[in-house]
Amino acid sequence: MPVSKLVGAKVRRREDPRLIRGLAHYVDDISLPGILHVAILRSPYAHARIKGIQTEAALQVPRVVAVFTGSDIGDRVGAVPVASQNPTLRVPKRAVLASDKVCFVGEAVAAVVAEDRYAATDALDRIRVDYEPLPVVSDPEKALGRESPVIHSEWPDNVAFRWTLKQGNLSKVFKDADKVVKQRLVHQRLAPIALEPRGVVARYFPGEGELTLWSSTQIPHLLKTQLSLMLKLPENYVRVIAPEVGGGFGSKLNVYAEEALLGYLAMKLNRPVKWIEGRRENIQATIHGRGQVGEVEVAAERDGTILGLQYRVIADIGAYHQLLTPGIPPLTGLMLSGAYKIPAISIEVTGVFTNKMSTDAYRGAGRPEATYVVERMMDRVARELGMDPVKIRRKNFPKPKEFPFKTATGLVYDSGNYQLALDKALKLVGYEKWKRQQKRLRSQGRYLGIGLSTYVEICAMGPSAAMPAGGWEYGAVRVEPTGKVTILTGVSPHGQGQETSFAQIVADELGVEIDDITVIHGDTAVVASGIGTFGSRATAVGGTAVLQAAQRVKEKAREIAAHLFEADLEDLVFADGKFSVKGVPKKGITLEQIALEAHMARKLPKKMEPGLSATAVFEPSNFTFPFGAHICVVEVDPKSGAVEIKKYVAVDDCGKVINPLLVDGQIQGGIAQGLGQALYEEVIYDENGQLLTGSLMDYALPRAKDVPRFELARTETPTPVNPLGAKGVGEAGTIGSTPAIVNAVVDALSPFGVTHIDMPLRPEKIWRLCQAKEAASAGGRR
Amino acid sequence: MAARTKVSIRINGTAYSHEVEPRLLLVHYLRDVVGLTGTHIGCETSICGACTIMLNGAAVKSCTVLTVQADGGEVLTIEGLAQGEELHPIQEGFWECHGLQCGYCTPGMILSTYQLLLRDSKPSEDEIRHAIDGNLCRCTGYQHIVDAVQYAAKKLRQKAVGNRILDPI
Ligand code: FES
Ligand code: FES
Repeated sequence: MPVSKLVGAKVRRREDPRLIRGLAHYVDDISLPGILHVAILRSPYAHARIKGIQTEAALQVPRVVAVFTGSDIGDRVGAVPVASQNPTLRVPKRAVLASDKVCFVGEAVAAVVAEDRYAATDALDRIRVDYEPLPVVSDPEKALGRESPVIHSEWPDNVAFRWTLKQGNLSKVFKDADKVVKQRLVHQRLAPIALEPRGVVARYFPGEGELTLWSSTQIPHLLKTQLSLMLKLPENYVRVIAPEVGGGFGSKLNVYAEEALLGYLAMKLNRPVKWIEGRRENIQATIHGRGQVGEVEVAAERDGTILGLQYRVIADIGAYHQLLTPGIPPLTGLMLSGAYKIPAISIEVTGVFTNKMSTDAYRGAGRPEATYVVERMMDRVARELGMDPVKIRRKNFPKPKEFPFKTATGLVYDSGNYQLALDKALKLVGYEKWKRQQKRLRSQGRYLGIGLSTYVEICAMGPSAAMPAGGWEYGAVRVEPTGKVTILTGVSPHGQGQETSFAQIVADELGVEIDDITVIHGDTAVVASGIGTFGSRATAVGGTAVLQAAQRVKEKAREIAAHLFEADLEDLVFADGKFSVKGVPKKGITLEQIALEAHMARKLPKKMEPGLSATAVFEPSNFTFPFGAHICVVEVDPKSGAVEIKKYVAVDDCGKVINPLLVDGQIQGGIAQGLGQALYEEVIYDENGQLLTGSLMDYALPRAKDVPRFELARTETPTPVNPLGAKGVGEAGTIGSTPAIVNAVVDALSPFGVTHIDMPLRPEKIWRLCQAKEAASAGGRR
Repeated sequence: MAARTKVSIRINGTAYSHEVEPRLLLVHYLRDVVGLTGTHIGCETSICGACTIMLNGAAVKSCTVLTVQADGGEVLTIEGLAQGEELHPIQEGFWECHGLQCGYCTPGMILSTYQLLLRDSKPSEDEIRHAIDGNLCRCTGYQHIVDAVQYAAKKLRQKAVGNRILDPI
């Protein structure tokens, strides 16, 4: 009989058996009778007028069924939507297939539909597009210059939007400060690279008028609404299914041209259609992340007290907005207080159009940028003041009793103990020992660096008032007549493991075996409503909805049990999966028995509805703010520029932990992605807007040998924002790691006079810096 | 359409025979013709390793092999590892150690591990990382994958019978 407590236990994942046996179904694994394959012709130009498209030759290719261009579609499919609001926002129309002009390499101009993939791809080569190239601007700073070509002629310049936030007496604190430190920082563009590229299957039943779309998405419900608008179909005739999804990291938190296009093609051709993105297309036409160039200034007192911070930043939008593009830089702004008390803060964001793919949410979405700004600057200021980086951080942390802590940017940090996490990390890494080692090795011409990052992030998105499309989440729990339990959730996990963690929550609450529980997600026809998985919200918001639904089920079960026992509600006790009357534990009734009674409905209390199920929609009152301390030790070889990570310690606090295995997995994967940004990854376009990093040969992801073993530890400070006490952990690793690694490398190179290096810290860049320094000081270093 | 060529390939112990276009990639043959969709495609350019299978006793990236090259050969894919309900020790390792998140890289990772453990029954962490360096994982940061491989290696050493310790068929 049940049940040990599962919340907090290392339960191995229930989704794994199908995945490790190769039996799961990702979009490309779905096959329907008569399915056609779609290939998309994309622009090789970053900016060009389309003067004509000839498709006849493509239609001659055997097994090709149809070719569509932008003018074939016209306004039958609506524009790609943007959800984030901003009064200054300029929204250029983005058609699903470009018809007049293209604005970035990879913009879709035609679609071939054929009986098989190879034929569709063959036919792409036969389409002739007559392009008239236009002047290109790919650098966001240049795009603001007077001389720059203007990408969208509806407006006089390339400004996409502006956003500012100012709090505190900035001019005074900067005037009075003992020290003002300035730094220019570049957050390079990154490609999310979910290992499964995007993909869509669409099927239309004309009789029923029903469109079903399988898409590799993080947000099936939001996609359903948007598709109905784009395709002008009643929403209750659209069904979206997110099958197994092979990673997202924000790149599938979107509504893409191809999703609507495939829906249209299925309806138009009356045949099911499939499109599977190739990796090159994925780097060209799936959203990128980051892409900020900023100037930061920090004012401090001699003792290290931070008085103020100003950040002026240019956000590289790309040619168009995607769903949340303009919403990302404001998240940077809101998080500029970091883990510190900073009384005066300002941020000025200028979003700029460039002839490139759109930026949008990539793991962390605006917060890694904030953390990088703040954590890099804490080190810069400490260095200027001759302070230890640990000391300056300690000096500016809010104390545990100061929570809830209100930042100058207007956020209320729910709970925290930043000192504790830092102390734990220092101890774990052996900080003092490494400092001594560093000193010793320097005298031998070896360069160790120790880098710190004490981050805080904002997640569990979030109260609806602060979200473009609702911040609540839906959950339902149904006890079947046989006693099996079905959980329905509006979140859409794609690797995070909620089929396990949500089952743990409900198993504990209802006292049933975890194997008797199943978790259903990702199908809008089965799960009544939902928002989706992003912003580390699934457990904190979605898990709470599921918990509340389970509590409602339990209450109803209690009423039924009381009725059957002819006892008062208050006299019932629930233990070991059974209700019994106080004092007579032997005569218990299980949930299974109650479920049967609830469905037979012959002995229910008067007026009670039959069945045993409940739904809940949880609306959080605030975001949550996980935090932690990451410490990285590197050795840099100035002769080769190579960086070796010698030790990496992370102490993360994501509030209450439901399943430590899953939390560790999120942290490790997150750190690896943050490490990728620090050391290797960069989407590079040349001045002609050509994408130079269009394959995984040129876009360098961390491989197993590039990543060290991470030493993880935790502190657990529950959030008061939800009854689970869980804060969220999906992005913490990525947010915490990047500055820790960069700070370590800069620290290692401090004998060379290096105070900052822009990412990625490739060997070549480091080598050049060291060479320059050696050349300049030929005759004696330091 | 190009002329078709007849191929006969044993896959996971079963003989298959089809007429295919000479240019058909092995990964597409496995997935689209035979219907074994456990082998994934993450790049089609030999970089990510999601399509890794065993062909004639060696791990290959099936996106870079033509089906006709495998004619007469023996293929092992992820679907062929478990014996009925009994998981292969490598699969068990990935499950026990949380060696996967989205699972997309997993079949390829498992097959690369299979190759490694054929050659070396007690690999060090460094050797494991080296062996899976041709397989990208964007989710896990590799640490739990390394743990999974170590788990599997240990389990296999305990189970070893002669030198056919890994043969799933
Ligand atoms: S799909 Fe074969 S290596 Fe990536
Ligand atoms: S588990 Fe997602 S790519 Fe490896």
